[in-house]
Amino acid sequence: MNQKLERILPRVQKPARYVGGEYNQVIKDKNTVDLRFAFCFPDTYEIGMSNLGMRILYGIMNAMDGVWCERVFAPWPDMEEEMRRAQMPLYALESGDAVKEFDIIGFSLGYEMAFSNVLNMLDLAGVPLHANERTELSPLVMAGGTACFNAEPLADFIDLFSLGEGEDVTVELLELYRRAKTEKWNKQRFLRAAAEIEGIYVPSLYEISYHADGTIAAIVPKDGVRAVVRKRIVQDMDKAYFPTKTIVPSTEVVNDRVTLELFRGCIRGCRFCQAGYVYRPVRNRSKELLAQYGVEALQDSGYQEMTLSSLSTSDYKPLNDLCDSLMEYCDAHKIHLSLPSLRADNFSMELQQRLAKGRKVGLTFAPEAGSQRLRDVINKNLTEEDLLHSCKIAFEGGWSAVKLYFMLGLPTETDEDIIEIARIADHVVHTWREYAPDKRRGVSVTVSTSWFVPKPHTAFQWEAQISKEEYERRVQLLRQSIRAKAVSYKWHDSDTSFLEAVLSRGDRRMGRVLEAAWRRGAKMDAWQDYYNLDLWLAAFEACGLEPAFYANRVRSRDEILPWSMISSGVSQDFLWRERQRAYQGVTTPDCRQMCTGCGANCLIGGGECDV
Amino acid sequence: MSKLRLLFEKQGTACYISHLDLMRTFQRLFLRGGMFIKHSKGFHPHPVMSIVLPLPVGQSSCCELLDFETESAVDLAALPALLNAGCPEGLQVLQAYEAVRPVRELAFVAAEVSLFYDNGTPKDAAEQLQLLFSRNVLTIQKRTKRKELADVDIIPLIRQISFLTLPDRVLVQAVVSAQNPGLNPALLAVAVEKECLALTPDFVSVRRTDVLDADGMPFR
Repeated sequence: MNQKLERILPRVQKPARYVGGEYNQVIKDKNTVDLRFAFCFPDTYEIGMSNLGMRILYGIMNAMDGVWCERVFAPWPDMEEEMRRAQMPLYALESGDAVKEFDIIGFSLGYEMAFSNVLNMLDLAGVPLHANERTELSPLVMAGGTACFNAEPLADFIDLFSLGEGEDVTVELLELYRRAKTEKWNKQRFLRAAAEIEGIYVPSLYEISYHADGTIAAIVPKDGVRAVVRKRIVQDMDKAYFPTKTIVPSTEVVNDRVTLELFRGCIRGCRFCQAGYVYRPVRNRSKELLAQYGVEALQDSGYQEMTLSSLSTSDYKPLNDLCDSLMEYCDAHKIHLSLPSLRADNFSMELQQRLAKGRKVGLTFAPEAGSQRLRDVINKNLTEEDLLHSCKIAFEGGWSAVKLYFMLGLPTETDEDIIEIARIADHVVHTWREYAPDKRRGVSVTVSTSWFVPKPHTAFQWEAQISKEEYERRVQLLRQSIRAKAVSYKWHDSDTSFLEAVLSRGDRRMGRVLEAAWRRGAKMDAWQDYYNLDLWLAAFEACGLEPAFYANRVRSRDEILPWSMISSGVSQDFLWRERQRAYQGVTTPDCRQMCTGCGANCLIGGGECDV
Repeated sequence: MSKLRLLFEKQGTACYISHLDLMRTFQRLFLRGGMFIKHSKGFHPHPVMSIVLPLPVGQSSCCELLDFETESAVDLAALPALLNAGCPEGLQVLQAYEAVRPVRELAFVAAEVSLFYDNGTPKDAAEQLQLLFSRNVLTIQKRTKRKELADVDIIPLIRQISFLTLPDRVLVQAVVSAQNPGLNPALLAVAVEKECLALTPDFVSVRRTDVLDADGMPFR
C-alpha cells in the first residue's frame, strides 16, 4: 500500500472504504492492458457499492481483453482534507494508481445532487475541469446514468455522455477509443466518430443559443451530427450480462445484499416519475434464468439476504413462481428474500405474508397523493380501498408499522387534497383497530411527504415547482390536519428539493453556476451535513442567473427544452398528451391493458413490449 | 459438534476491516465455502462465532483466533483452503482445529510496534526508551468504554519490552497483558509522545506477532 495512504488512514473515519482489496475485485497486470477505465461514482463508497449499474458495467468492461476497469468513489470530507494536505491525488481502489493516468474517466450519475462531487473529484484527480482545457485524447471524461437525460448542467465539463443502458454501448465506445489510441487520432476526431455511435451525446458538437428572456432559441448540431440522440437499451434481458460473481464489500454498505433485477421499465405510467418513462420499454428476464442467477449470486457472495428489484416488482408476471423456486434454497440457507417496490394490492400482500416469516418490521406504501382526484391526475392507479385492504391483510398478519409516502406540490393540488392525506392516515389507524388481532403493541403510522420536483422527460416536465413559502405552508397545513396520536409526520427538507428542481431542468449556462458553487465549497450536496443552499444562491447571483427561472416557471409546449437533443424513446407528443389528460383528471391505463403509444417501442424495432 | 477454532492472519488492506465487519466477512466466508455454522436459537437467529481478542483497526496480525461451531462434521484439514478461496485480500486462514483451551487462558499479546522517524532515528532513542519504560509508574490517559478519559498506569501491563534501533525507526518488541485488563500496544507509542516529546514518531505501526498463555507459551 501507498505510504501516504497508510499514514492518512488512521486519522479518517471508516478507512476500509479507501483501500479496496474486497472479495471479487478485479486485478489485472497493468503492463498487459491497453485501456484503463476509472469508473467514478460521485458519492461515498457505501452508496456507490450499492449501485447495480456500476457492478454490471464493471463486470462487462473487465470481461473485455486488454481493458481494466477500476473503481473510484468520492472521499468523505475528512479524507479529502487529508488527501489534499498530503498532496495525494484521487486514486482507483484496485491499483491505487492516480485517476489522471487512466485513459477514460467515467462517472455514474444517478442524481443531480451529485453534480458538485463530479467537479470536486476531477479537481482532486488533478484533471482540468473543463472539457475544452483537456486537449489530448487522454484522459477522456465521460458520464452515464439517469441524470444524463438532461446533461446540460455538466456539458462544459464532460466530453461525452452515454445515454440509457450501458451494456452494449460501453463496449462499442471502448473499442472505438482503443482504435483511436492505436491510430493516434486527436481528441476532436475521436469525439466526432463517437457521436456516430447510437446513444452517445457529445455536447461540444451542439451549439446552444438563447432568447433575451433566457429561453433557448436554437440547438444547432455541428459538423453533421444527428439532431437528436436516442438512448440505448438492452434488447434481450435473457442475453444481457448479470453479475452473479461480484464484489462483496468488506465493510457495511447501504444495500448490503444480493440484488436480483427482474425486469426493466415499468408498465404503470405515473406522470411524475422519470424512471417510469426513461427506462421504457418493459423487458423481462425469464424466471428460470433469474432463479439460477439468484442462487449463483447467493452461493458466490455468502450473503443471507436477497432483494428482488425493479421499478414495480409486483408487476413481474411470474413473481409467484419465481419466489417459489427461490424459497427452497433460501429457507434451507436461512436467506431472507425482500421485495421492495410492491404495490398495495391483494397479490402483493399475500406474497409479502409468505416471505416475511418471523420478521415483520414495517411496510411501506406510496399512495403519493391524498385524494382520488389527485391520484388520477398523476395517474397513480391506486384506490384508497386497495390501500386499506392491504393494510387490513398486513395488520391481520401481525404487522404493526406502516409508512405512507406522499408528495406535496403536485400539479393542481388543493388544500382539500392535502387534508385528505391526514384522513387516509386516520383510516389506516382505524383499519388497525378493527383488524389487528393483538393490539397490545400499538400501531405506528408514519406519513412522509416530499416536495414534488418536476423532472425532464416526464409528463410534468413543463410544470413549475411551487414556491418554497407555499410548500412550507402546505407542510404546516398537513401538520395541523394530522391529529391521531398513532400517526407521525415527517417532511422532506425544502432546500434540497429546490436545488434538485433547479439542477434537473437546468440548461448549459448552469455549468457556470455549478462551478461557482463548487468553488465556494459546495460538495456532498446529497448529505444534510454538507448541503448549503446559500452557497448555491450566491453562485447564482454571481453568474447573473435566477434559480426560479428553472424551478418555478411553467414552460409552454413550443419552448425548446434544454434536453431536447436527447430522446428516451418516449415521444414529446405522448408526454404532452399525458399532461393534458392530467389536467382533465383522466387516467391512462397501464401498458398491459392496452398500448398507449408512448413511442418507446421504437427502441425494440417497433414491436411489442413486455413479452 | 464441538467448538472449533481458526487461526488466521490479517494484514495489508484487511487491517482496515473493523471487528464487526470482520464478523460479517467470516459469516459470508463460511457460506461461500458451503458451510453451515451453528446459529443461535430464537426470533432472530444469528451465527454463533466470536473473535477471541479483537484487533484494533489498522493493526496487522499473524495470530488471530476465531471460535465457532458447526451443525455437521467438518474436514478440518481442508477447511483453510476452502475458506481462503473466498477471502478478501490480506485475510488468510492458517489452521483449523478443535478449540481445546478456554479463552480465559490467553494472558499475553506479543507485538511489534514500529516508531517511524522520517528524518532518521534520533540518537540514543533506544536508551531513552529503555529508561522511560523502566520507570516504576508510567501513566497515560485512555478512553474507557464509557468514552471517558481515565488515567492508567501501563507499567504493570508490560511483561517484556525491548528496543531495536533501525535507520528509519525504532522497533519495539513487547509482550503486554491481553485481557482483564489488557493493553493496546499502540498505547506504548502514546506514552512515548507524552513523556519524550523529542522522540515523537512521525508514524506508528503495530503488528501482533503472537498470543501467549500465562507461561509465555503460544496460546492456540
